This record gives sequence, C-alpha cells and structure tokens, in this order.
Amino acid sequence: MATPLVVSDVAKSFTMHLRDGIRLPVVARVSFSIRTGECAVLGGPSGAGKSSILKMLYGNYAVDEGQIIVQHEGGLIDLATASPRTVLAVRRQTIGYVSQFLRTVPRVSALDVVAEPLVERGEERESARAKVRSLLAQLNLPEKLWALPPATFSGGEQQRVNIARGFITEHPVLLLDEPTASLDAKNRDVVVALIAAKKAAGVALLGIFHDLDVRDAVADRIIDVTSFAAGKIAA
Amino acid sequence: MTDEPLLRVSALSKFYGSRVGCENVTFDLWPGEVLAVVGESGSGKTTLLNCLSTRLLPSSGTASYRMRDGQFRELYRMSEAERRFLMRTDWGFVHQNPADGLRMTVSAGANVGERLMAVGDRHYGKIRATAVDWLSRVEIDEDRIDDEPRAFSGGMRQRLQIARNLVTGPRLVFMDEPTGGLDVSVQARLLDLLRGLVTDLGLAAIVVTHDLAVARLLSQRMMVMKDGRVVESGLTDRVLDDPRAPYTQLLVSSILQV
Repeated sequence: MATPLVVSDVAKSFTMHLRDGIRLPVVARVSFSIRTGECAVLGGPSGAGKSSILKMLYGNYAVDEGQIIVQHEGGLIDLATASPRTVLAVRRQTIGYVSQFLRTVPRVSALDVVAEPLVERGEERESARAKVRSLLAQLNLPEKLWALPPATFSGGEQQRVNIARGFITEHPVLLLDEPTASLDAKNRDVVVALIAAKKAAGVALLGIFHDLDVRDAVADRIIDVTSFAAGKIAA
Repeated sequence: MTDEPLLRVSALSKFYGSRVGCENVTFDLWPGEVLAVVGESGSGKTTLLNCLSTRLLPSSGTASYRMRDGQFRELYRMSEAERRFLMRTDWGFVHQNPADGLRMTVSAGANVGERLMAVGDRHYGKIRATAVDWLSRVEIDEDRIDDEPRAFSGGMRQRLQIARNLVTGPRLVFMDEPTGGLDVSVQARLLDLLRGLVTDLGLAAIVVTHDLAVARLLSQRMMVMKDGRVVESGLTDRVLDDPRAPYTQLLVSSILQV
C-alpha cells in the first residue's frame, strides 16, 4: 500500500470560552489522502484552514470529528484519537513537520537544533552533526553561524535552520507550512530541489506554499481547502 | 522504549479536613517522559507532587512504581524505610528553594558525595572525582568544590541541588518550581541545562510549575490543574496551542508577549 496518510471527514472548530463560548468553525468534512512520492499542496485563501489542517495532522491541534489514519511502524494509527505517547512516537518516526517559524531554545546551537530529530531517532551525535553540516551548507547557511543559537538569526536564516531540521531525517511523511516564505530566490530553488529529492525517495509530502513559482515547481496536485469550509454556526 | 510505564497513578485524592488538596488524579508516566503539572497557587499541584513523592500520604487512591527489578510496588504500602531508600537512590526531588534540598553548612562536594555514600560508595577518591564531574556538568567550577552552598548565588545553589539529585542516576525526578525565584537569564541557563540532562540521561520527570514557558521547554506532556482537579491534559504543545478547557484558555491568554 502506498497511501501512508488518509484523512476522512475531519472537522475542527474553536470554542472561545473567554468570549461567551462563541464557536468558530474552521473546517468540516476534510477528506483526502497522500501517496508516497507525491507532493500535494493545500490551496485556498488565508483563513481557509490550511495551517489548521496541517496542525491536526501533526497532533498539534485537537480534532473534533473524523479520522486521520497514518501508517506507523507497520500498523495503522488514528491520530485523531491517539494517546500523547503514540503521537510523540509518530512524530519521532513517521511524520516530520516544518513549521512557519522556528521556536528557538536558549543556548542550543543551530547545529544541535537540526541534529536533534536524528539523535532522537537513535543516531550518534557525531554522525548526526556530519549530516547536518552538509545540509546546512547546501542551504547556504554561513558556516560561522552553525555553532550559534539561532535566536539572533535573521528570518531567512532561522527558516533555513527550520527547513534543515525537517528535512534531515527520513520520515515517510513530511508536512511543510510555508517553508519558503522568507527565503530569497536562490534558497527557494534549494528547497525545491530538496522537495524533489524527498519525492524521489518515496516520501509523501503535504505543503502550504503561497509562492506560486515554488508551488508550480513542486505540486503534483492541489487540494482545494475552500471545499472543506465549515458553515457558520452560532454558539 | 519499554512497554510499561514507570509510574501508574490512579484516582489519587488528598483532603485536608473538608478542603480538597487534589482530587481523583489519574495518569501514567513512562520512562524518559517529562510531565509538567501547571496551575495557579492553590490549584493542588504541589500537594499532588508531595503525594507522588510520598512526602505526604494521600487520603485515597493508589500509585505504583516499577522498581529496577521490573516489579510494580504500591508506594503507599511500602515501609517508611523502603520509601526512604527509593528517595535516596532511584528518585530525586528538586525543591524550589535550594536551601530545602541542600545541606547549607557542608561543602558543595560533600552535598554531592553524601548521596553517593547513601548508595554505598565508600572510596573517597572515587566519590570526589564523581563530585567534580557532576559539578562541571552543572557548570560549577572545580575550585568551588570545598565551598559551602551558603557562599553560592541562587542560580548556583539550584544547579548544585540538581547535581546532588542526579549523581545517583535516578530514574524519576520530581521538581517543584525549579526555576522559581531566579533571574530570567539564570532561568534560561538552568532550563537549558535541565533539558540537556533529562535528554542525555533518559530521565522521567514530573515538573510542577506555574510558568507555561518552562512547561513548553521541558515537558512533552502536560496536566492543567484547578481547584485540585485536572481540567485538561495532553501533549504540551497541543494543550498550549489549542487549549480546550475554559481555565486553560484563560491561562494561555494571560501570557505576556515579549
């Protein structure tokens, strides 16, 4: 089977208890699947719920209804109902994620920030660092920055650290939330090449790209999120 | 990863007369997992921590701990001596105020060495070498080994307390507001240190804190407490990014943005 991720009838809303319990529907009846070796792109205007869908797939947002079935270590897991411990295992082994912004940790070098997912998967720190050096070089991050914590880096530099952290491992599913938003043309091309390499390696990718050139270069198909619009329901 | 938890807690309650300390708390903790317990003062998080670490006996409920031989033992049925042994060897307890966890009038080296002697180490040279190693791991210079913690800054005292707790290679560490009362820059250093040690040693930890940033940085899982009850629990980033309970939403929305 070559469909590592299947989403069926997922719905999400936010209930704002501090605002008289007003309920903000985000998406409903979200259904799609991702095959190995393809890059599907979530399309639709801002506020349509693209990021919310990615966050549900990563276990970062709770799911109100529906199923998110992922192939994980030879079995099937429903992320919508999985325990925190299972979600952590899925993140470690199966689903990678490049967020829009890097969450920096004080005092940890860029090198170790990127190496961390490899080390969590049991790789030796030194061999992990060697892989990281080569990826950071490919992403044109100046070598003098590698030993520094990324907190003081520019937006584009932080984004490249974040991309490296997501691409360094061999997760079979990779979620990308606007990975090229703050990159220049040269580095956008590097990311396009990295995505192509993941596809060739059989990774299933799902992304959000507002940059049309990048989207056209990587997308195998567009999933229109406006078709999952949730009706406005009063509290 | 093992398939059995390290600690199983079921329907734990503690009442002070008719007043609720904590009520009906249930969770499992696995090896290597860091659980943050958050809530305001008076929410019952410290009562819960004290019950779990057997410093306080609960009114009802059970907690069983998987010993090094793989057998689960019911904590509240152990003898006082057995519990003390566990506390000295397999567990650590990091207090908010280092003075509660250190002996302030003996040297830094002795504070670390004492725990080693409690588990049967007798060779002075070996104990001292281990103490030096641990002081360097918590970034205290070797030349301070003979100083008393009274002469240390707050941040150094806290780091010394951590070294004293970790030197015996515990599997479970309880922490009560480990960064409370420290300057922000000192906090960051301590958090980073704790994060590294917990990962490198594969420790399980239960961290009580009112600081959601501390919870985010240190823990994978989180329980939110209010009036003695757990109002929400789950993955730390899920609870903080998509809080569901009214009280959690209030807590998250009250964080000051810098």
